[in-house]
This record gives sequence, structure tokens and C-alpha cells, in this order.
Amino acid sequence: MTASILSSVFASEGAASFPILPALIFVPLIGAILIALMPQSRPELSRQMAIITGLLTGVLSIALLVEFKTGDAGFQFVVQQTWVQSLDIKFFLGVDGISLFLVVLTGILFPIALFAAKPEHSPKGYYAWLTLLMAGCMGAFLSLDLFLFFLMFEVTLVPLYMLIGKWGHGRRVYAATKFFLYTMLGSAFMLVSIVTLAVVAGAGDNGGVSFDFTKIIASDSLATSTGRWLFLGMAIAFAVKVPSFPFHTWLPDAHTEAPTAGSIDLAGILLKLGTYGFLRYGLELFPEATVWFAPVMLTLATIGVVYGGIVAAMQRNLKRLIAYSSVSHMGFALMGLFALNVEGIEGSVLQMINHGISTGALFILLGFLYTRRHTYEISQLKGIGKVAPVFAGIFTLVMLSSIGVPGLNGFVGEFLILLGTFMAHRWWAVVAATGVIIAALYLLWAYQRVFQGEPDEANKSFPDLNISEKLVLVPLIALIIFLGIYPKPVLDRIEPSVKRVVTRLEMKVDGFQEPITRNGADLLRITESSHTMNGEHGLGIAANGPEANK
Amino acid sequence: MIGSLFAQAAVTSATADNGIVHVVGPSIDWVALLPLLILLVGALLTLTFSSFLKGHAPKGLFTWATVAIAVGAAISAVPMWARVQGWNSLLWWNLDHAQTGPFSTAGGAVGIDGFSLFITVVLCVGVVLAALLADDFLRRESMSGPEFYVLLLLSAVGGVIMAMSNDLIVLFIGLETLSIAVYVLAGMNLRRVQSQESGLKYFVLGAFSSAFLLYGIAMLYGATGSTNFVDIREFMATVVPIHNGLLLLGLVLVLVGLAFKISAVPFHAWSPDVYDGAPTPATAWMAAGVKAAAVAGLVRVFMLTFSNYASTWKPIMYVLAILSMVLGAALAIVQSNVKRMLAYSSISHAGFILMAIQANSGNGITASAFYVAVYTFMVAGSFGVAAIVGRKGDGNHELSDYQGLVRSNPWLAGSLILLLLAQAGVPFTAGFFAKFLAITAAADAHAVPLALVAMVSAVISAFLYLRIIVAMFMSGGDDGLEEVPRSNRLRVPFAAGLAIGICVVVTVVYGLFPDLLLHNARAATPAAVQYERPSATGSTTAGG
Repeated sequence: MTASILSSVFASEGAASFPILPALIFVPLIGAILIALMPQSRPELSRQMAIITGLLTGVLSIALLVEFKTGDAGFQFVVQQTWVQSLDIKFFLGVDGISLFLVVLTGILFPIALFAAKPEHSPKGYYAWLTLLMAGCMGAFLSLDLFLFFLMFEVTLVPLYMLIGKWGHGRRVYAATKFFLYTMLGSAFMLVSIVTLAVVAGAGDNGGVSFDFTKIIASDSLATSTGRWLFLGMAIAFAVKVPSFPFHTWLPDAHTEAPTAGSIDLAGILLKLGTYGFLRYGLELFPEATVWFAPVMLTLATIGVVYGGIVAAMQRNLKRLIAYSSVSHMGFALMGLFALNVEGIEGSVLQMINHGISTGALFILLGFLYTRRHTYEISQLKGIGKVAPVFAGIFTLVMLSSIGVPGLNGFVGEFLILLGTFMAHRWWAVVAATGVIIAALYLLWAYQRVFQGEPDEANKSFPDLNISEKLVLVPLIALIIFLGIYPKPVLDRIEPSVKRVVTRLEMKVDGFQEPITRNGADLLRITESSHTMNGEHGLGIAANGPEANK
Repeated sequence: MIGSLFAQAAVTSATADNGIVHVVGPSIDWVALLPLLILLVGALLTLTFSSFLKGHAPKGLFTWATVAIAVGAAISAVPMWARVQGWNSLLWWNLDHAQTGPFSTAGGAVGIDGFSLFITVVLCVGVVLAALLADDFLRRESMSGPEFYVLLLLSAVGGVIMAMSNDLIVLFIGLETLSIAVYVLAGMNLRRVQSQESGLKYFVLGAFSSAFLLYGIAMLYGATGSTNFVDIREFMATVVPIHNGLLLLGLVLVLVGLAFKISAVPFHAWSPDVYDGAPTPATAWMAAGVKAAAVAGLVRVFMLTFSNYASTWKPIMYVLAILSMVLGAALAIVQSNVKRMLAYSSISHAGFILMAIQANSGNGITASAFYVAVYTFMVAGSFGVAAIVGRKGDGNHELSDYQGLVRSNPWLAGSLILLLLAQAGVPFTAGFFAKFLAITAAADAHAVPLALVAMVSAVISAFLYLRIIVAMFMSGGDDGLEEVPRSNRLRVPFAAGLAIGICVVVTVVYGLFPDLLLHNARAATPAAVQYERPSATGSTTAGG
């Protein structure tokens, strides 16, 4: 309802007039600063401030979703402001179908994380870092300047480091430091790649340095080997972030020791920076290298899917189990990207969103569990389904969505990915499909051990969810069901941008044809004619309204 | 310089009539030398006046006098900057220069250009910060008196001479003026054995390095026939040396002398001991000022004078940069003493600056100027906090001494965290842009492997900074939060607090708006301008 009111307000004033993208970054940023300035003696103020900030950003992101022009493949709501003149570094923001839902996911998941968990001590710093993290994630998804993207990508490190290191459990300092160094090492390669690309591409005025994404894409003067090296540099950073096998070892530690909100945001949002990065700054920036590296990436992704699942099945700690399941699920997302066809990439974007929702919900539930029992050890838990039926019921639903049962959101993404990969590289898809079965195995087995049976002494007085806890989960459950039954509105918005990427790949890479099977699979295509392209190189900034598809 | 003086004397004597030799000294643009003169005269005046006060100086007098002198020197550089950059007006002041652009004066001994003025201002800022940090520190350590400040100013004089030098001999004089004052500064804390040891160590090794430098200068004179940068540059532009052993040896020896001062690996061994032993504000000055001056020397000798001989010296610089960055970062991790950690990390930073210098391009000069300026703030602030945490006796620099600092002194700890994150190169701090520009310069010069090594070493040193932050922030272990009594709270003296505050604010502001500084760093280009000898009419009027 709020969204419709907002949209009517915007419609009357003209959507272009309100700088919604900068607002998405600056609202949480200013919120974080305000929280930091609050007096230490009144912790409840900082919580209220954080919730107001989170809700406001969430509403803005939904307004963005409403205002977004569905059929448009280019970037919308573009804002540019020069920052460092001499290096052509700009504060350059824009959103397309690919980043749109990640922004919305960020806008929804952060306030939910705020409601779902409270810090055990020093609330002020906790809320300030959490809100800052939100600003960083928004910035990373919205940036169209490579330099700005790198800054935002890096900026997310410090808040999460602090959240894990100060508010985490157990070996939190070790986990936080490992996380920080791993990611920073990856980013180190990315920075060198970005700088070299900006210098080599010479897309600025008179062949000077430029970090402008659209200019670099248009300039198109990379030698083959240069492109491959640069892609490799970027790929290391993103593979660490995803995390793709074999760069995943930081994730289980970080997840296990992170506080609940940290886990929600880490799994829900931050991992997506990796897959999003692959799509935006891998596939789009280096088409030739993408095609060349695709078999390697597919193989890594497939190993990740199966390996993550098998390791998850062996975990004794619920949080570690979900962490490894993330490795498996993000492997799917990565696999879809490097299928290099519309189905695969679309499925991958959808999988990012679905994984954010399902794993976010799982971590919220685990957070509730932890506040009651102060443990994540499976062996300590037993028969909870008997004493807390609502908790068990919701857990079942979320778990099924995570497994990818048809009718729930997880299915759609994984199906599209497997379909896309099957058309491109049959056997990889066959191997990865076992990942779905393994997911069912480890989740159901864990469910059985935790929820079924007779509760022992320690678990007998396990209280069921209270009303506010239920309310927190309502939006996520609604999304799980809605996206499972009717994903079309989402796919409609993603598709034009994905087609833009694939068409560009076909255009730029000699002898590359989108890998599709021209028979049954064609039925899945919504319209072949909707390859509406703006601009010569398949990338344009949408200034006008949508022409089609609305 | 001396050679050119004699040459002039010879010229004038030849034109002299009736047997009287008229020696026309070199014309000196006193206004251009004003920053140098203010620092020098200020130092001497401080010393003189202090003897009248007979030890009854009001509290903080020398500190604020030093600050005033350094600020005055920095301000006096501004009109010259305007002249060099060819501005028509400065604020409301309408400039009407006879000529604009970089120039050379004092018989070709000094060159006034964007780069020398930029470094001059950086050195003045370093003096201000070190003086503010020293104020309460010296009283605490019962070392109060004018000596520290006078030596500080004198070493800054040496630094400014190095930055302005247009001649190898002048460079050497500057380096010696700088070094001798700093040797004494390092050994000033008579109550600490380590301080004495560090003074001696620094002196012995420094004397060696100066000897290397001097020997190298002699070789270069032999190879090129001049000590003047402009003459050497012209010589190098016209002559292709075939048997260049002498030249090469000279260059390498000069590099050794200067690399010692910026503590680049493998000439770094002194720095952890000296940084640890010296009084902490003196350490701040060493890391900020001495390094800036030595970088100025490197830029002037290598990037300006021998820029078209770069294919020879670049590989050496390349190796030095890699060694410094990697070893500096790696060795820092195994330390447990914060001052030693910062010493090793400053070696790593020196590697980054060397990386910018080895690019041998305009971008490289910009990057090194930017890096030096930003590093001055970051490192002075960090050592400033260390000076306070060191407590009475200046001995508490172990990691364990930082435990729980966030609880007892949140602002102090917050400042240190920010400065350390800036040194690690976290975005939205000036330190990030410094690293970024250095890497851009390297990538631009086709040294991508070097850039990669730089980033990896940046990650290694990030671990080091995290260790310090962890010690302060997360109360050391993984075992819950032990309460730190508030009585552990350290008193932050006003002057030191001001200095740290300035460092933090500048680090953040330049991190958010790098163009403010980058604009000036870009304009800070060194220039080789031939000294214009006074015209012959001058000598005839003097003779007639």
C-alpha cells in the first residue's frame, strides 16, 4: 500500500525528479552517522533510529521496483556526478533488471534482520555498523563506475568485520580476520584489474583514463590476452566473495561465528556481490574472456554444488550446515551465469534472490533457536517439533524452499539454471542436478534429528515462536510462496537486461552463439522479438518510457 | 654549485680591467628562499631566546613558537607556488610577476618548482604535527627545553634544502643537515637506554650511508662532468655513455644513500630499532619528514635528472620496491611491539612510493607527492597515539598495552583505528587513494606484476593493522569481554589531541574529496630550469 501511495506521488511529480538511487545509499549512510552520534546511555534510541532508517530504505527500494520500466534493457534512474576529475571517476549510479531485485532484496532483508535479532551487548555500535553495511551493499549494486563499485565492495568489509569480531560467538576474532583477509586478498587482484583496465581501455577524453562502466564497454579495445588476464583478476575477487569452490573456506567460519543479523546479511546480500560482480563486471566487461573461461567456471561451480552439499551433510553444527548449503546454492547461481544463455543467466539472477530469501529466513530461524537454547549443535537438539510446532512448521516450509521443491521459490531458479546449463553443457547439468538431491538429503536429515523424536530434558521447555517473531517471518514466507507460484513479474523485469548481455556476448565474440536447443526449449522463451536494444553496443541509458512489454 | 661559483669568478676576472678582480656573486632570489630562511632563522632565534629565559620558559612556549615558525614557512611558500603555477591572483592579492613558471636561483644551486614547494609544505606540516605531539610528551619525560624544537626545525631546514636542491652537492648538504639533527633527536631521551642506542645506531649507519651518497656523487661528477642537475640532464640528453660503469656505480651509490633514508629493503635494518628507541614524537618526524625529504631527493635525482637513463635504474628500483613492500609487510606481522610494527609498515609504505617512482612518469611523480603528503598525516597521527599510550617512560608499546583502549579511551582508539585502516588502504580514506594512485602509475608504466605484488603486500599489512585493532577493540582474546576499569583512562593532552585530530580529519577529508589534494599533487612537477647568470651589465656597473 505504501508503495502505491509513493508511486502515485512520484508519478505526479515525475520519477526523474527524485534522486531515488542516491537516496538508497545516503539514507542508510546518514542513518549510520546519526546512530553513531546517539548518546551511549540510551541504547533504545539507536535501535529505533536503525529501524526507521531500514524501513525508509526498504520503502524506497520498493518504490524503485514500482517505478522501474519493465521492458527496458538499459540502465534507469541514472545519476552522474564527477568526483575525481582527472581520472574520470564519477559518482555514477544506475539500475537495470539485473541489479533491481538485488537492490530490493537488500532493502527488504536488512530491516527484517534488524527486527529478527538484537545484539547481546553494545547496541549502538552494532546498529551503526549494520546500517553502514546496508549503505555499502546498496552502493555496490547501484554503481556504474568501476572505481565506485570497488570502493563500495571494499566498504562492506569493515562493518561485517566489526559485526563478526565484536558481536559474534566463539572464535569470532579468528573468523572475522579470516573473512577480512580472504576477501581483501581477492579484492587486491580486482583493484589491479580495474586500474589496468581503466588505463588500457583509455575510454576517457583523448584516450585518457576512465572508470566509467558505460564508456569502457563502448570503447572496446582490449587485446585478447589482456582481457583474459584482467578477467582472471576480477574473477578471483568474485569467486572469493561468492564463494566458489575452492575459495570457500572462509564462509563456514564467518557464518558460524557471526551474530544472527550478520549471517542474514552475509548470506542474503553479500554473497550476491560475487555473482552480481561476475555478471556485471565479468560477462559484460570481458565477453571474449568469459566465453573462454566458461568451461572452467562451470566446472568449479559444479564442484561447488556437489561438494558443498556433501560437506553440508556431514556437519554437526546447524549454522555450518547452512553455510555449506550456501556454497552449494551459490554454485548453482554461478553455473547459470556461465551457461551463457538467457535461461541460465535469468535463473541465476532468480537464484540469487531466492537464496537470499530462503537462507535469510533459515538464519532468522536459527537465530530464534539460538536465543532459546544457546547452541547450534545438532546433537544438543531433539524433538523440537513436539514442543514448538509453529517453529517446526515454518522451518519445514523454508527448508523445502531451500531444497527447491516445486511450488516454492527455490525451484524456479534452479530449474532455469539446470535447463540453461543442459542446453549449453549437458553433462555438467546432469552432475549438478544431483546437488538438488543432496540438498534434500542434508536438510531433511538435519530436520529429522532436530525436530523429530521425543524432546529430552533440555529441549522440553523450548518456547514456540511469539507473535513478533512470526510477524518478522511473514514477508519472507509470502515471498517464498509468491515467487514459487508466479515468478513472471520478476522474470519479466530481469529478462530484457539479460538478453542485452547475451546479445552483446554474441556480438563481441567471434563464432559464439548463444547455446540453446532449438526445439522444446524454445517454448520457454517468452518472445523472441523482445530483443529491444538501445544504443549501438547493446547498452543504453533509458531516458524515455518503455516501448514494449508493459 | 661551487664549481659554478668559481666559473663565474673566472668569467668576471677575465673581463675586469685595471687589475682589480670584481667577483660578482650569484644573484639570490631571497623571496624564493623564504620558507628555508624562516625555518632556519626561527630555529636559531628560538635557541637564542631560550638562553635568555634561563629555563623559565612558559609552558608550551617553544611548541607554539615552532608551530608558528613552520606555519609561517608554509605560508611563505604560497606566493612562490602562485608564481610557479602562473596564477594571476592569490585570494584578493593581485599578483604581477615579472616572470612565471619554475626557476632556478642562487647560482643554480636551488630549483624552485611545483615539486620542491609541495614537499616544503609537507615538511612544514610534519614539523607542526611533531611539535604538537612533543609538547606534553617532553614535559612528561622531563626533557622540556628548546633543544627538541630547534633540532626539529633544523632538520626541516635540511629537508627543504633537499627538496629544493638543484645540485648534487646541495642535495648532500641538505641530507646532512637533516640527518645530523635527527641523529640527536633519536638519542635525546637520556633516561631510556634504547633511545641512546637508537641514536648511536642511526648515527653510525647513517654516516655510512652518507658516505655512500657522497662517493656516488663523486662518481657521477666524474662520469658527467657536473654536479648540477640541469647540466647533467643536458649532458645525458646529448651523450650516450658507452663505458658507463662509472655512471652506473655513481647512480647505485646515490640510490643506496637515499634508499637508506626512506628505509627501503635491504637498507632498512636500522629502522625498527631506531623507530622503537627514539622518543615517539621524533619517530613521527622520522617517518613523516625524513621520508618525505628523501623521496624528494629520489625524485629530483632519478626522475628529473636521470629520467632518460631510466631503463638502467628502473629495474633496480623495481626490485627495491618489491622487497620493501613484501618484506616490510611480512616482517611487521611477527612483531609484538606497536612501534616496531609501524616501523616495518613504514618500510612497506616506502616500497609503494618506490613503485610510484619507478614508473618514471608524470603520474608517478603525482602519486609519490600524494603518497608522501597523505602518509605524513597518517603516520604522524598513529605515532601520536603511540606517544600517549606509551605512558610515562615511553616504554609501553607492546600490543598488550593497547588492550581495552576502546573502552578506556574511545576517541583515542577510534582515531588510531581510522588511521590504521587508512594505512591499510581502506576506501574513503586518503590512504586508499595514495595506494590507488601508486598502482595506477605502475599499471600505466606497464608494471602490472609490481602492482599485483603491491596489492598482495597491502593485504599482508592489513593483517598487521587488524592485529593492533583487535588488541584495542576486542580485548585481545576470544574469551568474552573482560572489563577494563575506567581508571586506566589515559589523559590526552590538548596539543597532542589537536595534532591527532588534524590527522584524522585530513585523512577523512582527502579520502572523500581526493581532488583537493590531487589537484595540487598534479601541479607539483619538478622542473629542470637552467640558472640565468646575472647579465654582464651588472659587472660593468660594479666595476665602473
